[in-house]
Amino acid sequence: MQVSMKLEIRDSPGHLVAALSPISDIGGNIKTVIHEHDQENEEDSLSVEVVIEIPQERLENLITLFKERGIHVLKIGQERFSYRLSVILIGHLVHTDLADTIDQIDGTGYAEITHMNMAMPAIEERSSAQLMIRSVTRQDMEHALEILRKVAEKKGFLLIEPLEETR
Amino acid sequence: MKIVILGLGAVGKGILETIAEKKLGLIVTGVADSKSACIKEDGIDIRTVLTTKKETGICGNPSLTADDVIATASYDLLVEVTPTDANSGEPAYGYIKRALGRGAHVVTSNKGPVALYFNELQSLAQDKGVQIRYEATVAGAIPILHAMQHDLLGNTITALYGVLNGTCNYILTRMAEEGLSYKQALAEARELGYAEADPTYDVKGIDAGIKLVILANTVFGKNISLDDVEITGIDLLTDDALRLAEHQECTIRLIGEIVPKKDLFRISPRIIPKNHPLVVKGSLNAITISTDMAGELTFIGKGAGSIETASAILGDILYIRNEQCMD
Repeated sequence: MQVSMKLEIRDSPGHLVAALSPISDIGGNIKTVIHEHDQENEEDSLSVEVVIEIPQERLENLITLFKERGIHVLKIGQERFSYRLSVILIGHLVHTDLADTIDQIDGTGYAEITHMNMAMPAIEERSSAQLMIRSVTRQDMEHALEILRKVAEKKGFLLIEPLEETR
Repeated sequence: MKIVILGLGAVGKGILETIAEKKLGLIVTGVADSKSACIKEDGIDIRTVLTTKKETGICGNPSLTADDVIATASYDLLVEVTPTDANSGEPAYGYIKRALGRGAHVVTSNKGPVALYFNELQSLAQDKGVQIRYEATVAGAIPILHAMQHDLLGNTITALYGVLNGTCNYILTRMAEEGLSYKQALAEARELGYAEADPTYDVKGIDAGIKLVILANTVFGKNISLDDVEITGIDLLTDDALRLAEHQECTIRLIGEIVPKKDLFRISPRIIPKNHPLVVKGSLNAITISTDMAGELTFIGKGAGSIETASAILGDILYIRNEQCMD
């Protein structure tokens, strides 16, 4: 899971490194660190924004560790879906209950279709649609894809998967 | 080294022409086409045979057959380049078996027998202390089998992805670049001789599937048949689908995929970034392999054509000849 956090730490040498060490200790991966000297802050404090990749179940633990070290977590913004995959479906997409096709993925709770781009050439002809699927983990994406393969088979769609997934 | 050649189509003729042209140290003691054969202990005159074939349509004596060449000619190696029958592998399968049985090496471009009977033919060759080589069966001129069986020894190959059918790749290239419909691109491929009158074998992914079976059984030590390959062709693709892929700087290609650890064998149209090394144009073939030591390697080249196939066949012949010299 990708999480962005705003942290307030003491502005003195060594404190930034010390503040960030719990993230890797806990198995998280720091993607970026943006630090800014905020005007509103007291002079001896520094506000830092970090974007990290961390297993969801360890997030609570990380916040506790921060508290123990006197680091204030000012804000947490979660990017729930960190994996995305774009597929193309070809077939009679609308007349085979398009809402149901989408619900099959959205109903999982761990993956969603967040974007769709469809071409419908003529009423009797097959439509083509590009779908963007987002998921929480890589494994969730594999499950979502498995569901979509089954739906495609049942509804007679041609499912075109990407060669590689992007994250 | 003495060799005999069965099959005098474009590939067989290409091999003969090259042998006549280059001093390769090969003596051709017999050739056979579907209606005749020619056997000569101290070597046939290649130019004469090629002229006879061109003028009369047959290469030699109509009362002789390929079986006579196999049974009576004097040779160290048999080159089998007769037409492929993907269902039975015959008559090539019988030819290869009898030649191996006589203790001769075999080099073939014939996908049928290699896809259907590789393990049997390989153990027969081992029993007889000879080799069977088949580089030309997969990706034409690209030395992919040799690379994986020899040059990359010591590596673990974790995955293989390939554009293995030039006809499909041509059709998809034209659909993407010119906005042609599937039907238009197929008609064009037919006119240019890239597609057969009955294109089913190519566009439904069967040809690519057979090549995947050969790769799986010969390089990855599997024992699978065409039924074990999950196959989706390109015949149901729409031009809209290619345009949708285009919006994301991607295109669609028919990709063969082997992931040995998962026993995954699949041929399917896939969305692929336009700048991916496997996105090759026209009738080219391309194969990417992932290895633990050498990283990723991509091979690109001509997957069909008589001289290109002859290149792969000659490579096999001369490899066997050179190995023999070392013994």
